Order: sequence, then structure tokens, then C-alpha cells
Amino acid sequence: MSSDTLLRPADGPSAVGLRRRSLARSALPISAAAGVAIAVIGALTTDIDGVAGTMVVAVLASIVIYVTWSLIVEGRQRATDRFATTVIAAAAVLALVPLVSVLWTVIERGIAVLGLSFLTDSMRNVSARSAGGGLFHALLGTLEQVAIATLISVPIGILTAIYLVEYGRGRVAKVIGFVVDVMVGVPSIIAGLFIFTGLVLTLGLPRSGLAAAFALAILMLPVVTRTTDEMLRVVPNDLREASYALGIPKWRTITKVVLPAALPGIITGAMLAVARVTGETAPLLLTTFLTQSVNPNPLDGPQASIPTFVWDQITSGTPASLARAWGGALVLILFVTVFYATARLASWWFMGRRGMSVR
Amino acid sequence: MRSTRTAQIAALGAATVLALSACSSSSNTASTPSGSSSGSINCATGSIKASGSTAQKNAITEWINAYQQACTGATIDYQANGSGAGITDFSNGQTSFAGSDSALKAENRPGADARCSPGAAIDIPMVGGAITLAYKVDGLSGLTLTPPVIAKIFNNKITKWNDPAIAAVNPGVTLPDQPIAQFHRSDSSGTTENFSKYLKATAPTDWPYETGKDWPAPGGQGSKGNDGVTASLTATANSIGYIELSFAQDAKLATAKVDNGAGAVEATSQNAAVTIAAAPITGTGNDLALKIDYKISAPNAYPIVLVTYEITCNKGLPADQATLTKSFLTYTASDAAQSTLVDLGYVPITGVVLTKVKAAVASIL
Amino acid sequence: MTATDTLVHDELGAAPASRKARWGDPIFKAVTLGAGIFTVTIMFAIGLFLLIRALPALANNSGNFLTSSTWLPDQSPPVFGIAALLFGTLVTASLALLMAVPVGVAVALYASHYATPRLGKVLAFLVDLLAAVPSIIFGLWGLAVLMPNMGGLLKWLNDHLGFIPIFQNTTGIYTKSVLIAAVVLAIMILPTVSSVSREVLVQAPDLQIEAALAVGATKWESMRMVVLPFGRPGIISAAMLGLGRALGETIAVAIILSALFEVNWHISEPGGNTFAANIALKWNEAGTNGLGALIASGLVLFLITLAVNLVARMVINRRRVKEGTA
Repeated sequence: MSSDTLLRPADGPSAVGLRRRSLARSALPISAAAGVAIAVIGALTTDIDGVAGTMVVAVLASIVIYVTWSLIVEGRQRATDRFATTVIAAAAVLALVPLVSVLWTVIERGIAVLGLSFLTDSMRNVSARSAGGGLFHALLGTLEQVAIATLISVPIGILTAIYLVEYGRGRVAKVIGFVVDVMVGVPSIIAGLFIFTGLVLTLGLPRSGLAAAFALAILMLPVVTRTTDEMLRVVPNDLREASYALGIPKWRTITKVVLPAALPGIITGAMLAVARVTGETAPLLLTTFLTQSVNPNPLDGPQASIPTFVWDQITSGTPASLARAWGGALVLILFVTVFYATARLASWWFMGRRGMSVR
Repeated sequence: MRSTRTAQIAALGAATVLALSACSSSSNTASTPSGSSSGSINCATGSIKASGSTAQKNAITEWINAYQQACTGATIDYQANGSGAGITDFSNGQTSFAGSDSALKAENRPGADARCSPGAAIDIPMVGGAITLAYKVDGLSGLTLTPPVIAKIFNNKITKWNDPAIAAVNPGVTLPDQPIAQFHRSDSSGTTENFSKYLKATAPTDWPYETGKDWPAPGGQGSKGNDGVTASLTATANSIGYIELSFAQDAKLATAKVDNGAGAVEATSQNAAVTIAAAPITGTGNDLALKIDYKISAPNAYPIVLVTYEITCNKGLPADQATLTKSFLTYTASDAAQSTLVDLGYVPITGVVLTKVKAAVASIL
Repeated sequence: MTATDTLVHDELGAAPASRKARWGDPIFKAVTLGAGIFTVTIMFAIGLFLLIRALPALANNSGNFLTSSTWLPDQSPPVFGIAALLFGTLVTASLALLMAVPVGVAVALYASHYATPRLGKVLAFLVDLLAAVPSIIFGLWGLAVLMPNMGGLLKWLNDHLGFIPIFQNTTGIYTKSVLIAAVVLAIMILPTVSSVSREVLVQAPDLQIEAALAVGATKWESMRMVVLPFGRPGIISAAMLGLGRALGETIAVAIILSALFEVNWHISEPGGNTFAANIALKWNEAGTNGLGALIASGLVLFLITLAVNLVARMVINRRRVKEGTA
């Protein structure tokens, strides 16, 4: 049951000589089985019921058994390591459970309505109680609004981050950095309110796709700035110094050395910002005017978007509308998936090896 | 190299968006015509916006669809963002008419009138609704409730289904020995306002709260929107809540009969129409604010009702909006349109009130 | 082909760098500074707008804004106070953060250092996908899937640990509570915390990790000694991003909470309200004074975020290991 391993001094007094014991590979499954057994017994005898409760007990019991076993056989150092590995892996699984549940719920409830006509029809003249109709008007609106918001926020965000990391010293940089941190916390509805009363009520601009894009840009800007800031700081100083040593001026160092090095992370940050705002509902309800028809002009007139489409269908409450709402959510997830995949591909295409950010 | 690639991608992206926009005109197709529209609509063209009450949302959408199918040059967009927001939009000139669950209040009138100058704003009742007491209790065949019992259920004084007070008004019905899961609205709502007005009028001792759009009583759980309460009712055993008739019908929930003194009245469109038709008009001229008599006691009058008004200008709407607004509202006030409300779970305006509504719409310039 | 290669290739044979670059630097610096100032201007504009719209309502308030729990701003006389909102917001956000940060960092660590590259990418992609789900769907999922399944656990907590006030439940109803909203919020901010942490942890210097392993550290010890300290500022940033979202989440919380205006430490009972959810619930029907009151509550939320981020920055600056700032 033991295998040969190198003697390691940190392992504590080992009277066994040069051979040191280590846990067999079957230890993990055995512990898991024991944990499940304990949980099942517990479920039958105590008042811990339900699938969730039993699973929690099973996992906890397995971990306790496994780690104690390792402690006895291998010693404290390796037991701690096994404990950490198990907990981290368990956390990864734990994170996946709600994710899979949410995705499954959306797919299960939304798939029935998905089809070519759902993507190409609008809701013009479709009643709440009847099936049919689609979200083309919303898809177009979201594409346009998010695109404009990205075009506004990403350049400004990157430039601000560059200032903070590369140039920033003293009060001004501190103020800007502080303000960026604060704006991360702006509730989406406040951004919507600001645009609504500021641009729409005070300046008389119509509620339109553009107004929505402004609100979304306000939400994206601090996220892009913050993550770009982090990515730029992580770029090793050696790169910069090597560039200066070659006589490259600072601004070219930044644009041609530092930015490309940080680009994968920056792209992830931008993507995260886009993914976050694509699903925002509250600011869109205030800054756009809902319509069931297609309006390709974001500058004027009522324009739909996928989150407001989902909202609109949910508040109608009929079974057909609810099905369309879940379908809309599914389309949104698919849209962002395609978007992520495209962005990662583009990042890889541009940067070659360096495009892969996860080892 | 890189810059050309960037340019290529940007061009591709722009082309995609342009292409999508180009095929937009062909996707405004009506996939399923809904209901029949009479051929006697006097069509107008253009596009107008309206916003306001969520209670009338499905009804207005049906009417808009019918109108747009008959009159293809017209586009009417209605956003159900709430009565208060609707009045704000209207006063700011963003919309041609507002849907509101209550007539213009004194504090809002100056703003609305200013928008309509040189004319004034008028309230035109257009869509009626019935507030039903929907419940989900297994095995319960039918339920009758009186105002004091309703009040006590909704302020947590009656907590079990087999409480003697409920049993007293339901002779012969087996009530389960279960706690009542009561649901009310967590958001501000005109439905709550009308429901609380009803309780205050009919059971003031048991309902000592001020009327208003916010839920005032302790106990129970709050859900957001008619749709939220409906979903909560469907998902919870032994539950009861107050929701619009159309929502109860769509979710196939049972509704309680209400006994205002003249016997148990079922919650149907026809019974609610009786109450609305009997409401005296308190507005002047073409401003048709109604005062609903919640204490109405007749064997065929369902008393818990609400009326949604379309608030617009009797004159003063910009020319491009006025024609389409008048044409659309003429259609909605017509007998044909009002009769489609019953199928949708709403309550038609009938009788003398409807005649005055038609006259008010006809007077719009 | 590295960036430096390209540079050398470009620069050799170009005009003398000094003359071309002399105007490049100040212009570029000015442009980036301009972007920064634009950001600051926006924030001040938002703060100013909130204040202007809130002041009339605050002046009219006949109740104590900070300690009262009632919310009747359109009544005469108007009475409204944010005590209950403050409590609900802080409790939901802190609970959400408490749940999301350990799990998020663990996921990030797993995806970047423990899993095989392919598994790590798949895991990262799946978690990031959660960020795309609209918040209203999280609310509906919370109601339909999470809430029915949490009742058992909450009841167990009440029965066995009920002497601790936060686990106690006197109503017997385990739905539509602050605790459930916090769990949904935690799930919502998980992708943000995890993604940003992962991007930082992945940059941890391999040399140092391998050095630690070479002197006999276990994998966990190398994580603990090298990767986590390296990533700490980034993780705190990730947590702040997550907190920002948790504090301001509107629709999902509005759908889940029962919306009672009271300070209730029994967090598994129905009730609770947060600033953002309150705005979502009351905005549509609010009168003029009501709108001002809601905006005043938004102002308080804004100030809370300010305070929290201030503290976070102080923590980061004290511990920051500047890996590569110019």
C-alpha cells in the first residue's frame, strides 16, 4: 500500500529509513465512499434531509476522512497540501453547481421557442397570448447599443489606465484612481437615472438607443479601466526598461511594448465589461423607449433591446410570453458565448502564443 | 500587418451591422394575426408613443396590434413603465397619451395642462380591470369571502384556512387546517391602491390603514408585479393573493367570490363591468374621472375593480401626433374594440360612460 | 516574434528617435490625462445630479432620514428614512462577498494552477458565461430553483442553531428573505471575482513557484508563499468589483425580496429591502417627492461605495508589491 518516494527532510522524524510512506491512489475513492455512506446513514437517522443536505454531509465527511488518513500516513505537511487541493477542487465544483443549474434552467425553458423565426421576426402585431414572434428588433438594438457603448468606453478606459499606471504620480492620479474605484460601484440604475434626467429631461434628447449606450458606457468604463490598470501593473518592469535602453520614447514603449504584453488581460477585462452590461435591464428601461417593431436607428425613436425584451415578456405573464422571455435569455447567453469565442480567437490571432492567458 | 487586420475586422463588424439593419424592414412581419379587426377603422399614418399603466398593458397591446394590422402605415409603441412614470413622460412631451390607473391628481395637473396648452389634459377611461382574490388550495372547491374576512386575511389577523371566520361564510365547504400563505405586492402599484380603497370603504374597522400605492399591512410576503404574485401563488401551496383577472385566467388559478352584502359574486368581466358602468363621473366636461362605488351591493356586481384612463390633450397635441392619437383612441373606444376586452380578461367600459368616452375622444383636436 | 524584436526592426534605420519622439510624449500624456479627467467629470456630474434632485425631498422630510424605517415620501407630511435599506444593503452585500470571494479565488486558483490547461480554459469559460446571464433571469432562477431547495437547510439551521439570532426564524416561512437574496447575489458576482482573480493569478512568476517546489515545498505551500501574495492586490480589486455589483444589483434582488421596511436580524425570514431594489420597486409609481426620496437613497448608496472603496485602496496600497510599474 505504500510507494517509494525520495526522502524529504521536512517530513518529520521518520524511523522507517529512506522509504517514506505515501497515500495510495485508492485512498481518495475509499474516503469518498465512506463519506457518502455516513451521509446516507445520517439522512436516514437524523433530520438532515434533502438532496443538498446529504451531499453537503457526504462531501464534508469524505474530506475529513481523507485528510485524517493522510495525516496519519504522510504527516502534516502533505496532509495540509491534500486538504488544500481537495478544498480548492471542491470549490470549483461548488461554483459549477449553480452555474449549471442556471444554464440548464434557461436552456430547458427557452429552447422550445428557439428557431429561425424567433431570431428573424419582431414582435410587431404579435399578441401576448399567442405563440410566435421573435426578438430580431431586440437583438439589433442590443448589438447597436453595446457596440456604441464599447466604442466609447474601451478607448477612454484604456487611456485612463495608461495614465494611472505609466504616468500617474501625485494628487491628480490619486484622485483619478479613486474616482475610478468609486464608479465601479455606481448602481446600474443610477447610471440610467443620470442619463435620463441629465440628457433626456434637461437637454431634451429623446430616449433612444444612443442614450442607452451612454448609460452602458458609464457602467463599462470603470471596469475596463480597473482591469486594464491591473493588467498593466503586472507587466514586468524588465520589458519597459529594455525598451528604454534601446532608446524608445515612453509613449512608444507603452503602445508597442506594454500594451501588447497586457493585451490578453485587457481584452478579457473589456469582454467582462461587455458581458456585464449586455444583460443590464434597469438603465435600459429608463433610457430607451420600448417598441415591438424593428428600429435600426439608434439615434432616434424607440428601440428595443434583449434585456428589455425579456422584461417586457415576463411582465406580460402569459405562458407564451414567458416562453419567449426564457428564449430571449438563451439568445443572450448564446450571443455572449459567440462573442467570447470570437474575442479569444481574435486575441490568439493577434498575439500568437501570448494570446493564451490560461496556462 | 496588425493595423490592416484591425481595419479588416472593423470593416467586417460594420458591414454586419449594416447588413442586419438593411434586412430590418423585411422582419416587421406579423407572424400570427391576433383577433379580428373590424374594417371600419378610420386609419391614420405616422408613429406615436404612449406609456404608463402596467395593468392595461396586454389590452393596449392587443388593440395596437389590431390597429396596426388594419392600418399598415401606423406605428404605436406603448411602454408599461407605471402610471406615475407615464404621467411624467406625458407632461414632458415624450408621449402622446399616458395610461394611468387613477385620474390626474391635483399635483400633476399643472404639468399635464402645460404640455397641452392652449388646451388642457383630459382623463378618458378606456380599460377596466377586475382585481381577483386568487388562491391555490388543494381540494378547495369554491371560496366566498366578505370584506372583513378579506381584510383580516391580508393584515395577518386570520392565519389559518380553517379559521371560523372563513368557515362562517363558506358553509359546507371543507377548509384545510393549514397556514395561509398570503402574497401582496412588494412594488408600488395602482392595483394595490384600488384594492386598499376597496377594503377601506367596505371594512374600515378591520383595515385601519391609509390608502396608497404601497402595501401598508404587516405579514405575508411581497412579490413584484402581477406576474410575480401570480408566479408565487402558483408555486406555493395554500396561498392567496390579489391579482388582475387576466393573470388569474392565464395561470388558471381559482378566484374567490366576493360577497358585498347581496350574495356571492363571481369575478368575471361581465360582473365587473356592472360596477364600472354604475360609477358616477366626477370630472367636468370631457374630463371623465370616475368615482367607483366599492360598496356596491348587487347580485351581479363584482366590487373590486379598477379603471385605467388614457390621459391626453383635448387640444394642443402636435399635429403629427394628434391625428393618429385620435384615430387610435376612436378605435379603442368603439364597441368592437371594447368587446375584445372580455376575451383578454379585462373589463369593458359600457353604457353611459362609454357614450361619454366616445364623445370625449371625438372632441380631440 | 516578440515585441522587442519588432521594435528593434522598426527603429533601426528610422529617423533619429529623439526629434520625432519629443512631441509624442507630451501629447500622449495629455491625451491619457484627458481621458482620466473625463472620467472624473462624469463622476462629479453624477454626484451633483443626485444631490440636486435629492435636496428638495430631503428638505421636506419630516422624519429622520437616517434612523427612520418608514417610506412614505408622497404622503403629506412626507416621512421617509433609510435605516431598513441601509441594513438590508449592507447585510446582503457582505454576505454575498463572504460567500463569493473564497469560492471565486479558489476557482481561479484551480483553473490557473491546479487543472490541466484545457480543463482550466473550459472551467474559466463556463464561469465567465455566468456573467452574461441577465439579472432578471437570476431573480427568476432564484425564485424557481434555489428558494424551494434552500428551505430544508434554513429550517435545519433554525432548529439546531436557532439560538444565534441570524439563524433564528420565528415565522416558519423560509422564502423571500435577505439570505436567499445574498446567495443569489453571491452567484451573480462569482464570475467577476473569479475572472479578474484568474487573470492576475495566471501572471504569478513561474520561476518563483518552481524555486519553492525545488526546496521542498508542497504545491499548496508554493501557492501560499508565491501565488497568493502576488495576487493579493488583484484579488482585492476583484472583490471590490464584485462588491460594487452586489451593492447595486437591482432587478434580481427586487424580484426575490419581500420588501419590508424593517431592520430584522433574522435573515432567513421573509422581508428585507436594499437601496437599489427599493428604487426598482418604487420608481414607477413615485410622485415628485417620491422620486427625490429615491434619488436621495441612491446618493447614500453612492457614498457607501465611496467609503468602502476608500478602505480597500488603503489596504491595497499598504500591501502592494509593485511588480512592474514604470
